[in-house]
Amino acid sequence: MVLALALAFWAAAWALNARVAAFGRTRAGRIFVPVLFGITLLVLWEGLVRGLGVSAVILPTPSAIAAKFAASTGLLWADFVQTVLKGALSGFVIGTAAAFATAILADRVPFLREGLLPVGNFVAALPIVGMAPILVMWFGFGWQSKAAVVVAMVFFPMLINVVAGLAASDRMQRDLMATWGASYWQALWKLRLPAAMPFVFNGLKIAASLALIGAIVAEYFGSPVVGMGFRISTAVGVLNIELVWAEIAVAALAGSAFYGLIALAEKAVTFWHPSQRN
Amino acid sequence: MRRAAPVLVVLLGLIALWYAASVWMNATWVYDQAARAGESPTLMEVIPQTMAQERPLLPPPHQVASRLWEGLAGQAITSKRSLVYHGFVTFRGTMAGFALGIVLGVGLAMAIVRFRVMDMSVMPWAIISQTVPIVAIAPMILVVSNQLGIQGREVPKAIIASYLSFFPVLVSMVKGLRAPDQMQLDLLKTWGASEGQTFRKLRLPASMPYFFASLKVAVAAALVGTIVGELPTGAVEGLGARMLLGSQYGEPLITWAALFASAILAGILILAVGLVERLANRRMGVRA
Repeated sequence: MVLALALAFWAAAWALNARVAAFGRTRAGRIFVPVLFGITLLVLWEGLVRGLGVSAVILPTPSAIAAKFAASTGLLWADFVQTVLKGALSGFVIGTAAAFATAILADRVPFLREGLLPVGNFVAALPIVGMAPILVMWFGFGWQSKAAVVVAMVFFPMLINVVAGLAASDRMQRDLMATWGASYWQALWKLRLPAAMPFVFNGLKIAASLALIGAIVAEYFGSPVVGMGFRISTAVGVLNIELVWAEIAVAALAGSAFYGLIALAEKAVTFWHPSQRN
Repeated sequence: MRRAAPVLVVLLGLIALWYAASVWMNATWVYDQAARAGESPTLMEVIPQTMAQERPLLPPPHQVASRLWEGLAGQAITSKRSLVYHGFVTFRGTMAGFALGIVLGVGLAMAIVRFRVMDMSVMPWAIISQTVPIVAIAPMILVVSNQLGIQGREVPKAIIASYLSFFPVLVSMVKGLRAPDQMQLDLLKTWGASEGQTFRKLRLPASMPYFFASLKVAVAAALVGTIVGELPTGAVEGLGARMLLGSQYGEPLITWAALFASAILAGILILAVGLVERLANRRMGVRA
C-alpha cells in the first residue's frame, strides 16, 4: 500500500517534470525541474520512512532532521566555524596559494616543470588522506593539523592545473607579446594568467571539495571537543542519528556554498571563455 | 632518457629534502635523551641517531623502505602483518566500488543523453552530490548497513568508493555520448538506423576515448574512497586500517609503510587501466 502510493507519487512528479522539461529551456524551467526532483526525493524519503515504520536509528525522517537542525543551531555553528572556517578554509588558502607560487616558479624554470609535472600527476592520484594521522601527530589536535591535512591534499591537484593553465596560451599570442617587447612579468600578467584562469578555477573547484573531506577526516584522528568530524563520530557512537544527519546537512550546505562561490567567481573572471558563453 | 632526467632530479631532491627534514624533526628527541643522560652531543653524533629511531617523528626514507619491504616480501601473504594481504583487501574493495561506479556512471549517462528530463533533473543533483563531503556520510553508511544486517565492511566500503568514482565516469560519458556531430547522426538516419543501432554503432564507439580518460580518474577516486571507508570506521583489514593502527599504537613506521603501499597500489591500478585502454584501442582499430 505504502509502496504503491510512493510509486504513484513518483510517477506523477516525474510526469510533471517530463512535461516541463519538454516545454522549453527557459530559465524558470531549468530551476524548476531539478528543484521538483529534489522535493520529490525528500517527500518519498519522509513517506517511505513513516509508512514502512523504519526505525529512527536506521534512517530518521527529513522533518525530524530539520527539527534537530533548528534546535541545535548554536552547536552546529560552533562546529562549522571550527571545521570549515578554521580548518578547511585556512588550509585551502595556504595550499592553493603555495601551489600557485610553485607553478609560477616551475613555469620560469622549464627543467623544474619537466620534473615536477609527472611527479605531481602521480601524487595527485594518491590517497593523501592517509597522511591525516601523521599530520595530526605533528601538529596536535587543534585546527592547525586539519589545515595541514588540507594543504597536503589540495597542493598537487592545484599545481598540475595551474601549470597546465600557464601553458594554455598559444604560440601566436605569446609571439605577439614578444613583438611588443613585453617583459616576462608583463606577458604573464596580461596574457598568460588570464588565459590560465579556466584551469585555475577547475583546480579551485577540485580543491574545494577535497578541503572539506580533509578537514573532516582529520578530525576523526583527534580533535578538541568541537568540530563536524568530531560531532559525527561521537554522535554515531551514542546513536544520536538526527544530529549526525544535521551535521551532514551542514556539510552539504557548506560544500555547495563553497563550490557555488567559486563557480560565481569563475563566471565573473572567465566570461570570455566558450564554456561560459551561451 | 632526456625526459626522465628532470623527473629523477626532482625525485632525488624530494628525498634529500625528506632526509633533512627527518634529521631536523627527530633531533629534538635525541637532544632530550642526551640531556637526560647529562651529555651534550655534537651535530655529527646526533645525525646517525636520528636515522634509526624506534618511533621517529618523521622516519627517514630508508627506514620506511625497509619496513615496506618487510611488509611486502618478509611475510607469508596470508599473514595479518603482510601488506600484500591488506593491500589485497583494499584492492578488492576498490574494484567493487569501481565496478559499481562504472555501472552507475554509464547507466546514468545513457539515460541523461536519451531523456531530456533526466538531463535537467538529475545532472544538477549529480554535481551537488560531489560537493557533499562523503566522509561525513561514511560512518552513517556503516551504521545503516549494520542495522540492515549486512555483515562485514565490504558493502559500505564499495558504496563509498562508488560514490566518489561514478562522477568522473558520468561527466565524461555524457560528453562522449554526445560527441558524434549532427552530420554523422543524420547519415545514420538516412540509412534508417534505429535508435539502438545508432547507439551501438556510433555513440558508443565515439565515447570510448572519453570513457577511458575518465576511468583513470575514477580508479584513483575509488581507491581514495576505499581507504576513507577503512580509516575512520574502525576496520581491521585493509591499508586504511593499517594507517589507523599505526597512529593508535604510536608506531609511525606502520602508518608510513601502509601509505607507501597504497601509493604502489594506486600506481598499479592506473597502469592497469592504461593497459586495458591500449588493448581496447587496438581491438577497435584505433591507430596511435
